[in-house]
Amino acid sequence: MSIFKGIPVSAGIATAPVYLYKTEPIVIDYSPLLLNQKESELQEFSKALTLSISQMTKLRSKAYERLGESSAEIIDSHIMIATDPSFYKDVEREIHSCCIRAAAAVEKVIKCYLTTFSEISDEYLRERAADIKDVGERILRNLLKMPPTGLELLDNAVIVVAKDISPSDTIMLDKTYIKGLATDVGGRTSHAAILARSLEIPAVLGLKNITEVISQGEQIIIDGSEGIVLSNPTTKEIGVYAERKEKEKTRKAQMDAFKLMPADTLDGHNIHVVANIGSPDDVEAVIQYGGEGIGLYRTEFLFMKSAHFPTEEEQFKAYKVVAEKMAGKPVIVRTIDIGGDKKLTCFNMPIELNPFLGWRAIRICLDEPAIFKIQLRAILRASAFGNLLIMYPMISGVSELRKANAILAEAKAELQAEGIQFDSAIKVGVMIETPAAALTADCLIKEADFFSIGTNDLCQYTLAVDRMNEKICDLYQPFHPGVLRLIKTVIDTAHASGKFTGMCGETAGDPLATTLLLGLGLDEFSMSASLIPEVKKVIRNISLKGAQNIAERTMTMETHEEITAYLKKVRDNLTSSI
Amino acid sequence: MYSQVVTLQNATGLHARPATQFVNLATTFQSQISISVADKDGDAKSILKVLSLGIAQGTQVKIAAEGHDEKTAVESLVMLIESGFDK
Repeated sequence: MSIFKGIPVSAGIATAPVYLYKTEPIVIDYSPLLLNQKESELQEFSKALTLSISQMTKLRSKAYERLGESSAEIIDSHIMIATDPSFYKDVEREIHSCCIRAAAAVEKVIKCYLTTFSEISDEYLRERAADIKDVGERILRNLLKMPPTGLELLDNAVIVVAKDISPSDTIMLDKTYIKGLATDVGGRTSHAAILARSLEIPAVLGLKNITEVISQGEQIIIDGSEGIVLSNPTTKEIGVYAERKEKEKTRKAQMDAFKLMPADTLDGHNIHVVANIGSPDDVEAVIQYGGEGIGLYRTEFLFMKSAHFPTEEEQFKAYKVVAEKMAGKPVIVRTIDIGGDKKLTCFNMPIELNPFLGWRAIRICLDEPAIFKIQLRAILRASAFGNLLIMYPMISGVSELRKANAILAEAKAELQAEGIQFDSAIKVGVMIETPAAALTADCLIKEADFFSIGTNDLCQYTLAVDRMNEKICDLYQPFHPGVLRLIKTVIDTAHASGKFTGMCGETAGDPLATTLLLGLGLDEFSMSASLIPEVKKVIRNISLKGAQNIAERTMTMETHEEITAYLKKVRDNLTSSI
Repeated sequence: MYSQVVTLQNATGLHARPATQFVNLATTFQSQISISVADKDGDAKSILKVLSLGIAQGTQVKIAAEGHDEKTAVESLVMLIESGFDK
């Protein structure tokens, strides 16, 4: 038995075999064949082709279920490439006439098509080379008996162990088969962590070198609450964890009681507890967990899933579904937040030395007003079907807000001229993620209807700490007095103008922070849906007055250690009095 | 042998999705079908060949078929292109 300690990012316990997710480079043997080997090579090729097609057919139905028809159609075109009679003939000819192995023949044929494609003048068509490359690699991996890449092919319960999970991999995380997630790198706020929490998959990240010491298929236990992974567990340990899992279940059942209760403080103040979502599919969980709205709809996932820029129509459809499903409850739609660690396949972004200080979010949108306006038009059109609000990410000053609002005004004028319905009084908010935005909140609030504090970035920019860097991750402290003072400034400034402030960063869903934020006057808490009951529970067990006293005291403290210790004491006292 | 010339209407040319529809329809016929543009041509039943032609919007293409259902084949494919595919 060995224990690995990492960062607990998504609670829960699971026991399952390891699926080691590694992509090994493809190595092709170009040595010539003996004459009598040709037939068997051709047979190998046929087998690999059949396997590839059946994998893709499976993938297609998964993509359809999870992501809808347009994603499934991408797989359709992949299947068509694999079943193309010309492709088979080309490979057959290469094996016969050049006397090379099937893998070498496949690579040669694919390369030849890729060259032809690179010469096409139409950019859109030229990009379809990616489809051919994708299919080619799949066939090669199958031919060389290499494990398939991607998490989409899993069809039995496993714990995925990987170096890292990229944002595009996370789209394929499927709760049915993925029982746990353990990675070498990453932390509480990486995309994998955020998604694991919303899917309720136990996850431990930042395990350093677990991929090097653990082997494919071995049984492991993952404890996402404690941040522990156990390999080769003894029967006794398996028993202990099974018992803990049961207890966890009971606790969760108790927590469930809070789901549908209003988040009212003991002295009768109603607090808005809402959820963060990444796609229309997440809305169901929001309703199930008693979310009273959506405080952050991350629209970039729609863009990340797509091979092309989602059209106005495609965007409109997605936003409309969310608006309608939430039936009049407020939904804050954040305009695309790409850049940083979020890349798009449909949009070329320069490689930057400091992507988090680079071309991202609103900065891209203001430089590419055509893209931005399409999104604003889609949101406006969907606003006729529910209660939508617009929020701009990464604003660092009022001039950016003015520019964004000017484009919004253009979009509104266009729709008006076209006679298309929309909510002309739609509220527009600013996401407070930079210290500069927090410090100029008084200027921003004059031209905005609300604020929402994105604590993940605000914390990273205020403390100058890269939240992905494991060496300094202990410096990433949302309870740092510097961060808390900015939060207080933002809330107070909004209130002085009679406007509201929400919070959609990870801190909003941390029950340890709830009392403090409540006391600071936060109006809306937005988090992964599954955290809602716990936060509601804290709110329902304290008075606003009591929380204000706690906040006041917290704000006099000088270090995050002191604050954390104090808030833990507050929590324990509350728990014992409940 | 039967053939017709048609101009591609849809905005993105004959890219993956329309090309898939085009090839899908072509494979339902018995005839040998070819699609040609300028000096290049390809098997209309092969997605790779069709995509390789890189047919952009506004391009004139010739569709030719040889076989017992050649007329229906060409007319159906031309109709698909003229309809702008799913639009």
